[in-house]
Amino acid sequence: MSLIKEYWHKLSSAKHFYPIAGALLPWLLIPALIMLAWASWQGLVVAPADYQQGDSYRIIFVHVPAAWLSMMAYMIMAVNGVIYLVWKIKLADIVAASAAPIGASFTFLALATGSLWGKPMWGAWWVWDARLTSELVLLFLYLGTIALRGAIDDRQRAGRAAGLLGLIGAINIPIIHFSVEWWETLHQPATVSKFGAPSMHPSMLVPLLVMAIAFTLFFFAVLMIKIRAGILEQERHSRWLAALYSDSGTSSISPAATGNSIEQDESK
Amino acid sequence: MMLCALRKQFAREMLGAFRQPGDALAPVVFYLIVGTLFPLALGADPQLLVKIGPGAIWIAALLAVLLSLHKLFRADLDNGYLDQLLLLPCPLFLLIGARLLAHWLQTGLPILLVTPLLAESFGLDYNLLPVLLASLAIGTPVLLVLGAINEALTLASRGGALLALLVLPLYVPTLVFGSGAVYAVQFGESPAAHLSLLGALAVVSLLFSPWAVATALRISID
Amino acid sequence: MSNFFAMGGYATYVWSAWGLTAVVMGLNLLLPLRQCRKLRKELE
Repeated sequence: MSLIKEYWHKLSSAKHFYPIAGALLPWLLIPALIMLAWASWQGLVVAPADYQQGDSYRIIFVHVPAAWLSMMAYMIMAVNGVIYLVWKIKLADIVAASAAPIGASFTFLALATGSLWGKPMWGAWWVWDARLTSELVLLFLYLGTIALRGAIDDRQRAGRAAGLLGLIGAINIPIIHFSVEWWETLHQPATVSKFGAPSMHPSMLVPLLVMAIAFTLFFFAVLMIKIRAGILEQERHSRWLAALYSDSGTSSISPAATGNSIEQDESK
Repeated sequence: MMLCALRKQFAREMLGAFRQPGDALAPVVFYLIVGTLFPLALGADPQLLVKIGPGAIWIAALLAVLLSLHKLFRADLDNGYLDQLLLLPCPLFLLIGARLLAHWLQTGLPILLVTPLLAESFGLDYNLLPVLLASLAIGTPVLLVLGAINEALTLASRGGALLALLVLPLYVPTLVFGSGAVYAVQFGESPAAHLSLLGALAVVSLLFSPWAVATALRISID
Repeated sequence: MSNFFAMGGYATYVWSAWGLTAVVMGLNLLLPLRQCRKLRKELE
């Protein structure tokens, strides 16, 4: 049990997570790129055109994963925000702050690709369909959290405020989603403008799932990079970081190296 | 003894309103003005006004509540009163509950009283009035408490339009269920479902918001 | 081959969507990398 505790303690320390993030990175990024390439080829070339929508349905392969990622990123942001709020673990704040802009960009992507899909299908660049409208509200939630974090000067305060806001947002997302679906059925009398997903043949479903996994791996890869950047920024005055990067070329008996091994874990 | 401090606190809040009636009337006037903007912008075709009426009135109420939020904490933050509140032995969330109640009585209640006027200006049928008032009566407290949380969160921040950006996503369900209830009656259906959903939102948000506001205040001020 | 690029007449939409995706993902990858590089340089 204490082994788990010790492991957990190490993992939540920026100093220990920094190299772990770096080590994980290639294992996330390379499979992601391979799967992206394969799924793109499958989606754009191999999968047959849809009976009703022709080739325009191929946008689904980027639209749906982007939408799924936008949700997942928000959950990661919200959970880490709460961890920071309650347990004051600084790394959690870095993770939350890193996940937010990535998630927001995927939300924007989901909306833009949704529009590009909608125009040939429904003739309009924007339809007030439940899913798109929910996604739009999600974008506002993201932008609000990012803006709040940016508008508060004190870093700790900003992290805690963003954490509380993320929690409130996360609780509200299912409610908002439900209310928007409710709203759609309210005001659409006969014609249902649902975002028609074509009935999924395996030749379409498999690339879609692979694409979703690829997007997820890619998200985590990019998150690792951003977390490292966040750690670099937060810890730039600490000794362990200085030792790590000014060590290049100097011998191991330099004061920086010895200082590194006996110092306390001050980066928590 | 705890209740005694609460009553005094509440009395103080209400008294403040009467000392500055201009401040207290502002949300109501804004409500009426926004309501007037709709026909001015969209044309006064009676059929159109009847159609957009419930939604427009709800939007006007939402904006009026939103605009009144700055009164909740800013002034007291500036004159140090808020710091004192945080130090009182009375639990913060109770004090906040008292303040929110007082604020609603000064904002939401006047809005309700004036709604029949606005409803008439849109030419809404009289049978819509009960559901309109009910939906606003349940909905404006929700808007108020959700707004209060975000107002408390933005106390330490710089941005001005930040509050609106933060709060509008959270307002969506209330707006949908609130205006939906009135539209249901307009279409000849029962508003029961909408009002119960709105009621559920109200119960949950009213229960948890004092705590959330207190947390947000501590984050911003401590 | 030209069929592939034409995307059954929906070329603008499909390629814009995929192109936008590539741009967004590319930026998500490159901007943090650049940030890391800059911060590391400051340390040395």
